[in-house]
Amino acid sequence: MRRILVFEEYCMGCGLCEVYCKVQHSQSKDLIKAYNREQPKPISRVKLAKAKPISFAVQCRHCKGSPCVTACLSGAMHQDEESGVVVHDPEKCIGCWTCIMVCPYGAISMDVSGSGVVAKCDLCTELDVPACVANCPNEALVCEEVLVKQ
Amino acid sequence: MKYVIIGGSAGGIGACEAIREVDPVGELALISEELFPQYSRPMISDLVSGKASFEKMKYRGDAFWQKNNVELKDGQKAVHLDFKEKCVDLDNGEKVGFERLLIATGGKPIVPKTDGVDKKGVFTFTTVSDAERLAAIVKKNQRAVVIGGGLIGVSVADALVKRGVVVTVVELKDRILNLILDEAASRIIEDVMEDSGITIVTGQTVKSIIGKFEDDTVVEGVILSNGEEIPCDYVIFAIGVVPRTELVVGTDVKTNRGIIVDKHMQTNVPDVYACGDVAEVYDFVYGENRVLPLWPTAYLGGKVAGYNMAGKKTEFPGGTAMSALKYFKVPVISVGLVNPVNDDDFDVVIHHDPLRNVYRKAVLRHNNIVGFTLVNDIERAGILFFLMHSLLDVKEFSGILVSDDFSLASLPSAVRSKLFMEGTRWTASPE
Repeated sequence: MRRILVFEEYCMGCGLCEVYCKVQHSQSKDLIKAYNREQPKPISRVKLAKAKPISFAVQCRHCKGSPCVTACLSGAMHQDEESGVVVHDPEKCIGCWTCIMVCPYGAISMDVSGSGVVAKCDLCTELDVPACVANCPNEALVCEEVLVKQ
Repeated sequence: MKYVIIGGSAGGIGACEAIREVDPVGELALISEELFPQYSRPMISDLVSGKASFEKMKYRGDAFWQKNNVELKDGQKAVHLDFKEKCVDLDNGEKVGFERLLIATGGKPIVPKTDGVDKKGVFTFTTVSDAERLAAIVKKNQRAVVIGGGLIGVSVADALVKRGVVVTVVELKDRILNLILDEAASRIIEDVMEDSGITIVTGQTVKSIIGKFEDDTVVEGVILSNGEEIPCDYVIFAIGVVPRTELVVGTDVKTNRGIIVDKHMQTNVPDVYACGDVAEVYDFVYGENRVLPLWPTAYLGGKVAGYNMAGKKTEFPGGTAMSALKYFKVPVISVGLVNPVNDDDFDVVIHHDPLRNVYRKAVLRHNNIVGFTLVNDIERAGILFFLMHSLLDVKEFSGILVSDDFSLASLPSAVRSKLFMEGTRWTASPE
């Protein structure tokens, strides 16, 4: 599976990961429209954790035996058996926030103004490289392919 | 049968999934009273509010049992257990033999002795059929009395208000959600409930349910313990559930309030396991086994039981009281002990921002987090739960736990690397 590595020593805290995650998950895929015009406003699935001088990007780690999948009340979270990717189905999700209670990374967001349910990193599987990684100016985010035996 | 599971909700489903991960072929049967057991029980209020159809409530798909090679005996009730012969008797006369058994019969709604509980218009609220019956008769401007101001009561009240029903919640204690929230957080929820038109009556209980003059079998209203009468079209008991232990009464299986299990979810009888609302599982905050009738805990316990039944030693990682609330547009997450009684043993950190209606509280004991409540700003709840469940010493940074700036970056690097290397222990992972 695809995995995003986070190097906190290279992170400058610029927040471009959040910007491009938002754009990637917008309707228009255009930076200016995504920020200024789109309603509902797209939200970032990567969160920049900051406590000076430390900063780093946090996105879903796709844990083995994922707590969010364990806790999910509706069956909207599931882990793909083969790839190990934790997939969220917004159509099934009811926004009960139970996954947020147990995600140790705090990596799940509430999309209150949009879908009304949660949103999380989908690893940008439709792109060659996830948007946050591609737009990180200092290689604090790196994408690699690993063999995962679940 | 190699494996027999009684109960097809969260615990039973978790066990099926775990067993099939380890043993794809061993004969597995699941007995369920309900016809389509794999629905999400916590979503029954969404069915009443109209937010979810039954289709959306399906926790697992139609093909779940078939896909997992499970012989589903639905619409059938287990009536007797014989541990000597190792078999389960069903109400249709069938006998199902087992090598390993899981009891996941869940809980049954508490209905206190009240005059008039058999009248038309009186509901309990535990199963999808309860919800379907209620959803079918609900009309705008009708009046409902909800008995119990806990999680179920608040969820029903929220659903009924969305359907235009005039709701009164009757709570025995002095405030709603008193088991999972502290006074300040209860107050926030009471305020938004009252803003949405709900009347909250505290310190009272329903003494009797009265019938209509023209037809005494139909609900006309309730009489409270102080003698006050509240007219209504229906009454919903939402007090909570007690473990459905009937099946093991008079057997060798030890029970307290629920069935007692060890860390492998096994009862005192070899090869017999229990999980979910019927069991008493390990609460890591209290350091003892308790009834924890919660969906995630039931699923997790079911998975642990399933792995062990299939021969993979797995320990239950410990749960505690933990709830996420989405009602009245005020998200709340509350975990563990949030109302410490003996102040000397506990340290409490609170951040309250009344303007934004944000409330955060963490309770510490011996430098460990033993409970927290977040209202309206809940996205970092899981980080606190991780620190809490890992029993990490948070003394050095306890001040920042409830601050606006709290994030993973606020944690000492040793804690961060522990998290990124090892993840959380709140999972079912075989040894």
